[in-house]
Amino acid sequence: MKLTLKVWRQHDASSEGKIETYEANDIPQEASFLEMLDIVNNEIIENGGDPIAFDHDCREGICGACSLTINGVPHGKESAITTCQLHMRKFSDGDTIFIEPFRAKAFPVIRDLVVDRSSFDRIIESGGYVSIRTGSAVDANSMPIQKDAADTAFDAATCIGCGACVAACKNASAMLFVSAKAKHLNSLPQGLPEKDRRVLKMVEQMDKEGFGNCTNQYECEAVCPKSIKSELISELNRQYATAIVKKAIG
Amino acid sequence: MTQKKSDTPDAKIPSGPIEAKWAKHKMDSALINPANRRKYTVIVVGSGLAGGSAAATLSELGYKVKCFCYQDSPRRAHSIAAQGGINAAKNYQNDGDSVNRLFYDTIKGGDFRSREANVYRLAEVSENIIDQCVAQGVPFAREYGGLLDNRSFGGAQVKRTFYARGQTGQQLLLGAYQALQKEISAGGIEMYSRSEMLDLVVINGHAKGIVVRDMVSGEISSHAADCVILATGGYSNVFFLSTNAKGCNVMSAYRAHKRGAYFSNPCYTQIHPTCIPVSGDYQSKLTLMSESLRNDGRIWVPKNSQDIGKPAHQIAEANRDYYLERKYPSFGNLAPRDIASRSAKEVCDAGLGVGNGGLGVYLDFADSIQRFGKDVISSRYGNLFQMYEKITGEDPYSQPMRIYPAVHYTMGGLWVDYNLMSNVPGLHVLGEANFSDHGANRLGASALMQGLADGYFVISATLPNYLVEETPGSISTDMPEFKEAEERVRDQINRLVSINGNRSVDSFHRELGLLVWDKCGMARNEDGLKEALEKIPAIREEFWENVCVPGDSGNMNQELEKAGRVADFIDFAELLCNDALHREESCGGHFREEYQFTKDDPEVSSGYTNEGEAKRRDEDFAYVAAWNRKEDGTLNLKKEWLEFENVKLATRTYK
Repeated sequence: MKLTLKVWRQHDASSEGKIETYEANDIPQEASFLEMLDIVNNEIIENGGDPIAFDHDCREGICGACSLTINGVPHGKESAITTCQLHMRKFSDGDTIFIEPFRAKAFPVIRDLVVDRSSFDRIIESGGYVSIRTGSAVDANSMPIQKDAADTAFDAATCIGCGACVAACKNASAMLFVSAKAKHLNSLPQGLPEKDRRVLKMVEQMDKEGFGNCTNQYECEAVCPKSIKSELISELNRQYATAIVKKAIG
Repeated sequence: MTQKKSDTPDAKIPSGPIEAKWAKHKMDSALINPANRRKYTVIVVGSGLAGGSAAATLSELGYKVKCFCYQDSPRRAHSIAAQGGINAAKNYQNDGDSVNRLFYDTIKGGDFRSREANVYRLAEVSENIIDQCVAQGVPFAREYGGLLDNRSFGGAQVKRTFYARGQTGQQLLLGAYQALQKEISAGGIEMYSRSEMLDLVVINGHAKGIVVRDMVSGEISSHAADCVILATGGYSNVFFLSTNAKGCNVMSAYRAHKRGAYFSNPCYTQIHPTCIPVSGDYQSKLTLMSESLRNDGRIWVPKNSQDIGKPAHQIAEANRDYYLERKYPSFGNLAPRDIASRSAKEVCDAGLGVGNGGLGVYLDFADSIQRFGKDVISSRYGNLFQMYEKITGEDPYSQPMRIYPAVHYTMGGLWVDYNLMSNVPGLHVLGEANFSDHGANRLGASALMQGLADGYFVISATLPNYLVEETPGSISTDMPEFKEAEERVRDQINRLVSINGNRSVDSFHRELGLLVWDKCGMARNEDGLKEALEKIPAIREEFWENVCVPGDSGNMNQELEKAGRVADFIDFAELLCNDALHREESCGGHFREEYQFTKDDPEVSSGYTNEGEAKRRDEDFAYVAAWNRKEDGTLNLKKEWLEFENVKLATRTYK
């Protein structure tokens, strides 16, 4: 395959970026999107140029490192996958492909296609955990948990923290990310004691980081590589309202 | 067998019966009172299951922890990619499991090349891990009654594997990550993401700090501590193509080795039998399909070469060779990994492989789909089937998967004693980065168990034994050893960016990987290993003359990061091949073609084992090889002879 790439290049956080054009030749259809970029980078290096920086690690859709906006869509237009799982057989010979970083105020660009998503870590740090000390747990089977509740918690817990939901949202809202963690922990008995505190703290931190609010467009759900449902956002809103009221009336 | 004398440092294995060793050791271990713990600084390198859980636990106890990872977030460590599950001797299934049985299975699975006391402790602690993770909110699979579900894994005849669909590693890592974030929030941990350890600082013979490169700004900085914990994973990426994440590397462990730490058993590398086959030379990594698939999938190849190239459904049942079920009737498709991998290689070498290039075997779910229905199979393996479909474009519900072995895990690692401390005092090594628990072959679902055992439960009990002898806070980064280490690191970086050669870092890595896979992969022999040892220096020489690292070192430079790692992989490959050459026996993941059972052996004629199975030589090789690298780079072999007091050394058979 022969492709034309329009790639966002930016030297560092403080410099201005721009789109540059690259020709990608002899790309095998079986290659993954990131392998296509490897091939292009190899050619750039051998011609004395500066290779394109992008985040990636596991290359099997689970670590959440890869973060490209491909033709305007985070992780590309195929549903329920990450960029590293996208394969070139989904493109046609002669295509022009725009490749940009995940864009959001709370995800500043570090270089080229690499962004800083440490704001997500700080949201988890604010309350996305169960406060249990190592060694203090009771026997795992002493607390039966309904299979449905465990499955629901699992579905929410599959979030890989990639940030596609934020990049797809016109408000750069992190509501899907926050609601997934809230759902995971709040739907299990282990997470209940800290439920209200968790919701209040995580939402407060999300606002502090500069993420926008949800206006119910659900682009987040459409691009989520783990198919996390936007209905979790309404549930988070309900939990937040309850927690605020409980806090107010004491 | 007569017990021989080891020349490695004392492994500090407690005396007494094996069931009582860990309890005794905990009782005999030093304690540091809570008010004094905060005076000690502990460096943890790596934030996966071992590092993340250790950092969180030590911070809970009151130590000051500095944790480093190369990823942009500790949540992305490669433990996240583990699919199938985690073993624990809970015996919730009432199928005869016990700590003793998990211990025995692990020793046998490791082909009698691991330390009994360490393995027994691992089996003991396994139960606490499940309790801990459930309490954190890890959503393990459950039965309708609300209790935890289990599945089977290779090398075991009981169901002891706890799982969270095909994403067990992810869920366990998020548990450890959340505990880590909790401690960051509480002020006990300083987290350094996008930071790569480039050197270990040794002061008066003790590990007292590290030198780190900030991967965003390029800044080099020193960090002092009272001890250093490495939890930096394995070295599978020496083969270039492996199932490891692209960033996984041997740098921290290898640089500790250069500062004096013994590297043990590097030749024990695990080739996982069920990975998606290689499809072309552009390929950047291989993808694992969980071993759990072998619970319901049947592995086969055509019996006759005239069926090669036909679609699977056109090959009659009678013309299929379900070779694992045929050769290992008791374990069938759940034969351990080393055995399943070698069997796949055997049939492919015999020209019966399927798919492109004949390097593949079928993993077929047709029978299970017929028995249980598509929905049940999908609920068990849905995400794995989807992953397969995305990569290959083929639908595993309607045609068998094609799989082939790939490098996946490395049992070898830095030598540690029972306290998980290396021969360099103060340097502790956890998880895949140490050598201690899996012998020559790791059983499925045991990596997660070991990482969490080391991090949550072992190191917190053993670390005070070292710390109590040290004066906290006595080390400062102004000491000359830090300046020297920084200078070494800067020199190497400057050298790499100034070569300006014609070849990319990746091209060297691929060349090295192909050579090591070819000569030191699934099967090894003396001639091949000697050939590799002749060729590696030539690769190194060209690398240092002709590698191209564009840009400079004062900002994010991904080629520079890779170049440092590949430079170490080249040196490490020599260590790997030397170890494989010296170990003149076959055991577990190390298969030397010269040492296999033939039809003339009594074990074969009696039907106990098969022709072509690995042949150990206990009398000469029942030891842990601990390689000491001298100042001038030459290697010196130390031996820790293994003592088997509870398990009888036997030829491993899964028939």
